[in-house]
Amino acid sequence: MPRRRDEMVPDAEFRSYYGQPVIKQPIWHEPHMPTYLYLGGMSGAASAMAAAARLTGRDRLELAARMAAFAGGTAGAAFLVAELGRPMRFLNMMRVFKPSSPMSVGSWTLAAQGGLTSVAVGSAVTGVLPAVGDAATLASGLSGVAMATYTAVLLADTAVPAWHEALRELPFLFAGSALASAGAAVMLTTPRAQAGPARAAAAAGAMAEVVAGGLMERRLGLVGEPYRQGRAGRLMRASRVLTLGGGLLATVAGRSRALTALSGLAITAGALCTRFGVLEAGRVSAKDPRYTVVPQRERVDAGRPASVPGR
Amino acid sequence: MAERMGFFTDTTICIGCKACEVACKEWNDVPDDGFVFRATSYDNTGALGASTWRHVAFVEQDGRWLMMSDVCKHCTHAACLDVCPTGALFRTEFDTVVVQSDVCNGCGYCVPACPYGVIDRRQDDGRAWKCTLCYDRLRGGMEPACAKACPTKSIQFGPLDELRERAEARVERLHAEGVTEARLYGENPDNGVGGTGAFFLLLDEPETYGLPPDPVVTTRDLPAMWRWAGGAALALAAGVAACFLGRR
Repeated sequence: MPRRRDEMVPDAEFRSYYGQPVIKQPIWHEPHMPTYLYLGGMSGAASAMAAAARLTGRDRLELAARMAAFAGGTAGAAFLVAELGRPMRFLNMMRVFKPSSPMSVGSWTLAAQGGLTSVAVGSAVTGVLPAVGDAATLASGLSGVAMATYTAVLLADTAVPAWHEALRELPFLFAGSALASAGAAVMLTTPRAQAGPARAAAAAGAMAEVVAGGLMERRLGLVGEPYRQGRAGRLMRASRVLTLGGGLLATVAGRSRALTALSGLAITAGALCTRFGVLEAGRVSAKDPRYTVVPQRERVDAGRPASVPGR
Repeated sequence: MAERMGFFTDTTICIGCKACEVACKEWNDVPDDGFVFRATSYDNTGALGASTWRHVAFVEQDGRWLMMSDVCKHCTHAACLDVCPTGALFRTEFDTVVVQSDVCNGCGYCVPACPYGVIDRRQDDGRAWKCTLCYDRLRGGMEPACAKACPTKSIQFGPLDELRERAEARVERLHAEGVTEARLYGENPDNGVGGTGAFFLLLDEPETYGLPPDPVVTTRDLPAMWRWAGGAALALAAGVAACFLGRR
């Protein structure tokens, strides 16, 4: 009899080889990988904000957003290189462009993001070639939205059940988290009278992050269990509280320095908790053979085994 | 392009001698993978990994031992190869999947991408490693070391089409002899990885041996992933725009 996958009580009746994992756990480290996910997302959304500020003539906010985008992109790239097993070979990422590899697409996106935000900041700081700096800022708006969302595909394109099955919600979770992070960073570094759009971005991003995370955990059923239990569960719950609180504060912070600082820090901490929580949930999901075996066994027993159409 | 070559591992005649593990290590110069007493069975290597390219599983059941020499499946649609960002993983003229160790930068993406948990990164060396189906021996017209060393011909090497025919006949014969639980694993070109280059004859459900019952190449869903991410990217752009509209 086919079992329902949305059962809250997981099926204890599954077989395994001495309880050992079927798939390998992601080997990406803490804090490298989740910090990169945060910094890359923050950088990407900050670029989009810088482009919007350019187009609407908000110079001071634009400068802050350019700085945040540059700082996030470069620091993120450093974490990513440090994550490699052979850091000296990081340039091998550039020897091919492979659309079938989200990491290849992401490496080129990061290269574009890093280059454009460097030009934008270099021009802003030195005052050299302002037109080139403005063009780079506008272009980084495009690389930025790709930067803030590709990381969801990076995680979903694995055999890790908690990541792969979340392929619909992860991009919205990460986009929301990126927008909240960038809003927080920019509102903390812009004179408060001109930081209105940053506060709006922080609040909107925070709401999107909380809603997408909630939808994801609800839809995934058994496979989503790692997001609710143990350390990953604690991180995801902390993220929700911090992000929701910080987002609500951003809407009322107005010109109060203390409330702005509190809101920005809470949102940043919440975004980091999200990224660390998602990585940890992926590890748990890969380690326990239940999450790999049970859904696959259900497909087979229901007479709907997987296939690869059209390839 | 040469013929597609592969392994047919018939677990019904595996005696658990681990000659395949030893021969693989000897030929491929695979380093020590630890001397661990697992206290569960005669299995001392545990699972496939960066330094274990053949792994003999031991399953003790009522009145019988199941033994199976596991190996990289050399999938038709190989997730490790699809997601490798450097091109270090490539498909050979024998339709096998091999890592070029002089190109791999140890990004680790192939590791969670494999639906069988085969490929892994070596801690000290920083690069990803797995079975090459003895690419060097194949180029020299020889069979892989594990198949050569197998004393019972549980591991059979050859052109995949030929192996599939041989395996079908073997299952038919076992069924006729009353071994009705005999079944092939991985040989079906319509499965979630497009069929495997290394397939198995099992006597129980795959998960009993630590194999996934219905693996899927994760990149099958990549177009859908990019569509959802594209939607999120557009929503992000729209969200930013909305924050900047309105009064100053």
